Amino acid sequence: MENQDQTFEVMRACMLAGKIMLQSGAETYRVEDTMSRMASAFGIDKTHSYVTPTGIIFSVEGVGPERTKLVRISERTTDLRKVAMVNSISRNISSGEVGLAEACKLLMEIEQANLTYSFPVQITAAAIASGCFTIMFQGSWLDFLPSMAAGGIGFFLVVYFHKIVPVKFFAEFLSSFFIGMLSFFFVKFGLGQELDKIIIGSVMPLVPGLLITNAVRDLMAGHLVSGLSKGAEALLTAFAIGSGIAAILSFL
Amino acid sequence: MIYVEQLITSFIASAAFGVIFNAPRESLVKCGISGMVGWVVYFALDTNGFGTIFATLMASFLIAVVSQVFAKAYRTPIIIFSVAGIIPLVPGGLAYDAMRNFVENDYSVALSLAAKASMISGAIAVGLVFSEVINQVIRRSSLGPAK
Repeated sequence: MENQDQTFEVMRACMLAGKIMLQSGAETYRVEDTMSRMASAFGIDKTHSYVTPTGIIFSVEGVGPERTKLVRISERTTDLRKVAMVNSISRNISSGEVGLAEACKLLMEIEQANLTYSFPVQITAAAIASGCFTIMFQGSWLDFLPSMAAGGIGFFLVVYFHKIVPVKFFAEFLSSFFIGMLSFFFVKFGLGQELDKIIIGSVMPLVPGLLITNAVRDLMAGHLVSGLSKGAEALLTAFAIGSGIAAILSFL
Repeated sequence: MIYVEQLITSFIASAAFGVIFNAPRESLVKCGISGMVGWVVYFALDTNGFGTIFATLMASFLIAVVSQVFAKAYRTPIIIFSVAGIIPLVPGGLAYDAMRNFVENDYSVALSLAAKASMISGAIAVGLVFSEVINQVIRRSSLGPAK
């Protein structure tokens, strides 16, 4: 009986680790790998996991009846710090420095913690990135400031709209609409030169670059379901951004 | 001169993306370095007529190598360095252009742009996978560090 209880605890810890990693944007194979490593460090060698972007199924062959658990993932962000933290906990478990109870406690703390950079810092980063991208795509330095402004405002709007309307694609559509409008006015009033360069630079923080790349990587690694669903998500986001910009271009 | 400009902006842009993706503070500079290395290789190859896809392939391969070195040295997941480095290469601009043409009913242009964007994403992925394969071959052969 005691053994079964422990199996259950190990499963709980593994699922929690997998859930945090998947929610924070880790690759599919890393989630599977981490869960099976953690389980085997706690003495359970036969585990099976099935990881998709929207849920994890994890099953353990052990003493007594087999156990399977399912966790649903409804919200995904990109938070690489959490990925790194769970990764280092799993390393410590493998080397025997952290026990089961402590691991559970640490993972629960990570899940609750809010470790992101403050919102103004993120907006500033998005603005700076937008300006730099305009230069990298051969824009002129005259367009640096306009695309900084448009990119920063666009990033602020996508987060803001996402809070009001919890439909991600609608928020992306609206904010790229505003980016297009701002860029148009910048060019019209002589603050910027090339409309295309300003728009491309300032939508870069919204573009699903991570998703596109992760999707192809997952497909190549044989995670067909994850790859296709990430690809679909990326396509929808690209469509939302493109149609937002196109809407403003057709009005003007 | 243009290379200096590209070096600085790509470093800053990659580090800024590290902030957006909430990478740990101490790894932001390394994110910037991997992005800078990749972008300069891409830029040099692309502007000297090697073709966008080949340039992307080489750049993403290099980014993966640099990220692997950082990941080994600092014992952190490779994704932290590779994602921020790869963002500049991702055909975001192309994907946006393709979608814009789709919305404007210009399907033939849109399809060719979309095909190019997916080829470039493929090149990024191949570059990443290729460096991973080489890494594992080295680790398993006698060249690698003895365990």
